[in-house]
Amino acid sequence: MIKLEQVEKSFGSNAVLRGVDLEIPRGTSMVIIGGSGTGKSVLLKCVLGLVTPDSGRILVDGKEAAKADQDAFLARFGMLFQGAALFDSLPVWQNVSFRLLRGALKRPRAEAKEIAIEKLRRVGLTPDVAERLPAELSGGMQKRVGLARAIAADPEIIFFDEPTTGLDPIMAGVINDLIREIVTEMGATAMTITHDMSSVRAIADNVAMLHGGKIRWTGPVAQLDSSGDPYVQQFITGSPDGPIEAVR
Amino acid sequence: MILLSPLAALGRAALGFLAMVGRLSIYFGQTVSHMVRPPFYGREFLVALGNIGWLSLPVVGLTAVFTGGALALQIYAGGSRFDVQAVVPQIVALGVVRELGPVMVGLMIAARVTSSIAAEIATMKVTEQIDALVTLSTHPMKYLTVPRVLAALITVPLLVGIGDILGIMGGYAVSVHSLGFNPGTYLKNTIEFIEPLDIVSSLAKGAAFGVIATLMGCYHGMNSGRGAQGVGRATKSSVEAAAVLTLAANFLLTGIFFTA
Ligand SMILES: Nc1ncnc2c1ncn2[C@@H]1O[C@H](COP(=O)(O)OP(=O)(O)O)[C@@H](O)[C@H]1O
Ligand SMILES: [Mg+2]
Repeated sequence: MIKLEQVEKSFGSNAVLRGVDLEIPRGTSMVIIGGSGTGKSVLLKCVLGLVTPDSGRILVDGKEAAKADQDAFLARFGMLFQGAALFDSLPVWQNVSFRLLRGALKRPRAEAKEIAIEKLRRVGLTPDVAERLPAELSGGMQKRVGLARAIAADPEIIFFDEPTTGLDPIMAGVINDLIREIVTEMGATAMTITHDMSSVRAIADNVAMLHGGKIRWTGPVAQLDSSGDPYVQQFITGSPDGPIEAVR
Repeated sequence: MILLSPLAALGRAALGFLAMVGRLSIYFGQTVSHMVRPPFYGREFLVALGNIGWLSLPVVGLTAVFTGGALALQIYAGGSRFDVQAVVPQIVALGVVRELGPVMVGLMIAARVTSSIAAEIATMKVTEQIDALVTLSTHPMKYLTVPRVLAALITVPLLVGIGDILGIMGGYAVSVHSLGFNPGTYLKNTIEFIEPLDIVSSLAKGAAFGVIATLMGCYHGMNSGRGAQGVGRATKSSVEAAAVLTLAANFLLTGIFFTA
């Protein structure tokens, strides 16, 4: 279980997170929605320890993340970055099986490559992509390679930062199904950021909306349409009129 | 107040410089501490050996040959005013091995290696690749900095050795072909004049300059600002810092080796 208590983070005078409280039970899928620039990516990075919060606590299975042994802590995580963040000096398959080629989870090269090709297949990429360099792929393909890398070592906790942005609707559907499958079949805990309402409904057990540096609303996905919160309502209908300003 | 403000600016600059020296020392200490603890990334080390050592050979060789040749011409022209043009081989040997060889190689490494390391790591930083490394349980310092610094520690002294030889050969070629020196005597004078300490100091300088060049590239890359501008600034700062520190270290090392 992941639990955030009053997490705050500012960059200079820009107060991004102003006291975030959130709970993600083990084996469930939480989707974070919210306008762009509201700090969703920063929130994920706080949990991973890539960004140090100014105050507040982040607990993973009851233990404070900041005090954990970082290697052991991160070994349980998989993360898909918003910009894919592939290593451009390595071919695609070595990106996917990066964890399996070195360190504690090291396997023989041939086996690591096989796993990479299998994970690429799961995100809808053919084996011939494996030998290419990331720079030779389209944005959507890079995103899917990033996804394959995130799930390569079968992590217990997976974060997806905008997994379907830049994908066509069919591929987005494939990725939505994959994320759902990872949670239900592998029992992973997932936290996904997305703007895509069809993704929200396909992936989420619970939804949380980040606005103004706080969690504006959170609840089961089934209650999303009847939340009664004007901010949530405006977001899911995509209306320019409402409490959320169009100029931010 | 207005009169004091230049002083304040000077003070700020001095404090900024000291803070910088402190940060670099800490970074150096961290690098060393990661160097002696596993895991060690052998593949990255081999790639760095190739990039820093092997691929720098052409530029280092050319720089050395031309510098040695120009030096011979200058000493001949200057020496003939006092009728001591016969010392060309000795002065070329001394100048190249003790000073020009290591300094020219150090500066070429700063231009070639420091800039490319800084730009590469800074780009990795702004595209979240460094964050990705961390989430994949790989320490960026172990994976990026240690292999490069170690590779430079080993290859730059070799490059300096090669640069010394080629610099002397440059001086030799000019002296024999256009200044009328006897080839056998030139080489004999060169070899008899150089002492072991000259060679040791030359290679030690090479090791120090190699560490400075790679460390500056990694440090400025890792601390890059955001966006393309951040990458540009990191690259520029890294080369500036590497060049200035190389010359400062050269002065210090010359003092240590040759004032006894
Ligand atoms: N490393 C950083 N340094 C300074 N500001 C940052 C940094 N990372 C994010 N921000 C700022 O934090 C805010 C939220 O960013 P982000 O979490 O990426 O938004 P989003 O909700 O679209 O993912 C933005 O205003 C952004 O400029
Ligand atoms: Mg984001």
